[in-house]
Amino acid sequence: MDNQNGEAVLHVEGDWTVKTVGALEREIRRARFERAPQLVDVSALGAVDTAGAFLIHTMLEDGGIEADKTYQLIGEHAQAKALLELVSGRERQEKVVASQPLSIIDLLARVGKGSVHFMDEAVGTLSFIGEAMLTTFKLLLQPHKIRWTSVFAVMEEAGLDALPIVSFLSFFVGMVIAFIGATMLQQTLGATVFTVELVGWAVMREFGVVLTGILLAGRTNSSFTAQIGSMKMRQEIDAMRTLGIDPIEALVTPRILAMLIMTPLLAFGATLSGLLGGLMISWVALDISPILFITRIQDIVIIQNFWVGMSKAPVFAVVVAMIACRQGLLVQGDVQSLGKATTASVVHAIFLIIVVDAIFAMMYMELGI
Amino acid sequence: MSDPIIQVRGLKTQFGDHVVHENLDLDIYRGETIGVIGPSGCGKSVLLSEIVGLLTPTAGSVTVFGEALSELSDRDRQAIERRWSVMFQDGALFSNLTVRENVMVPMKEHTNFSHDLMHDLADLKISLSGLPLNAADKKPSELSGGMRKRAAMARALALDPELVFLDEPTAGLDPITAGRFDSLVRELSRLLGLTVFLVTHDLDTLKATCDRIAVLGDKRVKYTGTLEEVSRIDDPWVQEYFGGPRGRSVVG
Repeated sequence: MDNQNGEAVLHVEGDWTVKTVGALEREIRRARFERAPQLVDVSALGAVDTAGAFLIHTMLEDGGIEADKTYQLIGEHAQAKALLELVSGRERQEKVVASQPLSIIDLLARVGKGSVHFMDEAVGTLSFIGEAMLTTFKLLLQPHKIRWTSVFAVMEEAGLDALPIVSFLSFFVGMVIAFIGATMLQQTLGATVFTVELVGWAVMREFGVVLTGILLAGRTNSSFTAQIGSMKMRQEIDAMRTLGIDPIEALVTPRILAMLIMTPLLAFGATLSGLLGGLMISWVALDISPILFITRIQDIVIIQNFWVGMSKAPVFAVVVAMIACRQGLLVQGDVQSLGKATTASVVHAIFLIIVVDAIFAMMYMELGI
Repeated sequence: MSDPIIQVRGLKTQFGDHVVHENLDLDIYRGETIGVIGPSGCGKSVLLSEIVGLLTPTAGSVTVFGEALSELSDRDRQAIERRWSVMFQDGALFSNLTVRENVMVPMKEHTNFSHDLMHDLADLKISLSGLPLNAADKKPSELSGGMRKRAAMARALALDPELVFLDEPTAGLDPITAGRFDSLVRELSRLLGLTVFLVTHDLDTLKATCDRIAVLGDKRVKYTGTLEEVSRIDDPWVQEYFGGPRGRSVVG
């Protein structure tokens, strides 16, 4: 700043670019002029870009230049004038600081919103289930209209490819049950041979199918939701609708059918490998020969247990496929909603599988099966 | 014109059996706006990706700001990458951030500006790129295609780069918006000494913004020159391109 012929002159020197102005920023923001400069000398100004020009402009504006008064540039500089013109005259939006008052009303509003959202979600899910069921039944009456290619593709991807991991998990759980069972039975009854019954009951009735369900909820739900969700994001679902293709018919029904076919098979595989795990431990650690193990399973653990377990598989299949597709179709245009939907899909599916399993357990207990 | 900012030499690109470029040479000079044209699938966007280092060429070298990218350490590379920016065909805005936050991303990464300054600068870039300020608080998914492009331009300009790569900047824009976009590119390249690498099909953009045009074909840069020079070249594709009803109105 200095005076020149009675007019205040501001000298701007050095480089004013993105790389350099960061360090100056705070001082510039605080700077206030005693007298608003009418002249700005840019002759010693080095490199300048929009960030630098913007700061020079803000400094002048905040520092006391009245809106209607303008400053004049003196000195020669290749870009300064044009850049300053470029940055000035742009409207500056007032920063609105979103305030969130913590009041009772606010709390009530949130609770209300949450409840309404929950209700909407429940109604939405029910109507989706209805629609999907109806479409699937309709298609089952006209099997030639089912998209078998995608049914088989899903069967391979979500069913066959899951077999190794499902069997593996179940095998180890069978081993663990045998181990724990043997230890407890040894301590309480002194008879380890009942391990066979324990393994047979637990694996056939519960673990084979529940493990399959939970694994599918993690593996298949996330992939279905992500597939359908990204199709929704890229407007592929809208494109389908305009082409006269019902997305439920093309995307949801094949997945439901494929899961209906594959889940019982997977559960069967899981049950077998769970029993195999129990058999191995019984043989190696408890000296129960495989022949004895198999005979006891056949004689004492009645086949009913197996059917009780398998009867849950189709229900789990529908739960997994329905939730995955519903969440996929709920995805909006942004990436975050895809993440949210995928999480919700997996969490809801696992939750429902456990709940449904508990309901089945109670039902069968009441029936005495 | 003696100062090449990008030098591509003997570039070869191959995907499996498919050779996209072979022996491709290209020089781009400081301060110029170069438009790259060529038939669909001739590898314009691939060339762009290779220059900015998103793809590694099968053979050949790419030199930007006098440094061979493949020989740089990560640190030096980052320093170079700060000096350019890319605007992708679909905008490639971060969909979980608002437009303003999108523009602030590069500033947050590479400068020590205060939040207020970044906020104001982001607003400046947003209005520079021709978006109304009420769009600043919107998510990209709430914007139209043209607005998304302009938001992407605002983000590309966030750090006042020396070199800007634009991939089909005006595709899908209405003529008025496209025209404004062209004059924005022109104005900025004049004001900031910006070098612009433009991949486009838009003849009006070529005419309004480009100092030089490079024609890709037969896996290499077939011709370079001003619009007038290139439009006179006796090549079937070039003649069809400029000789069609759309081309004639531009070349005159």
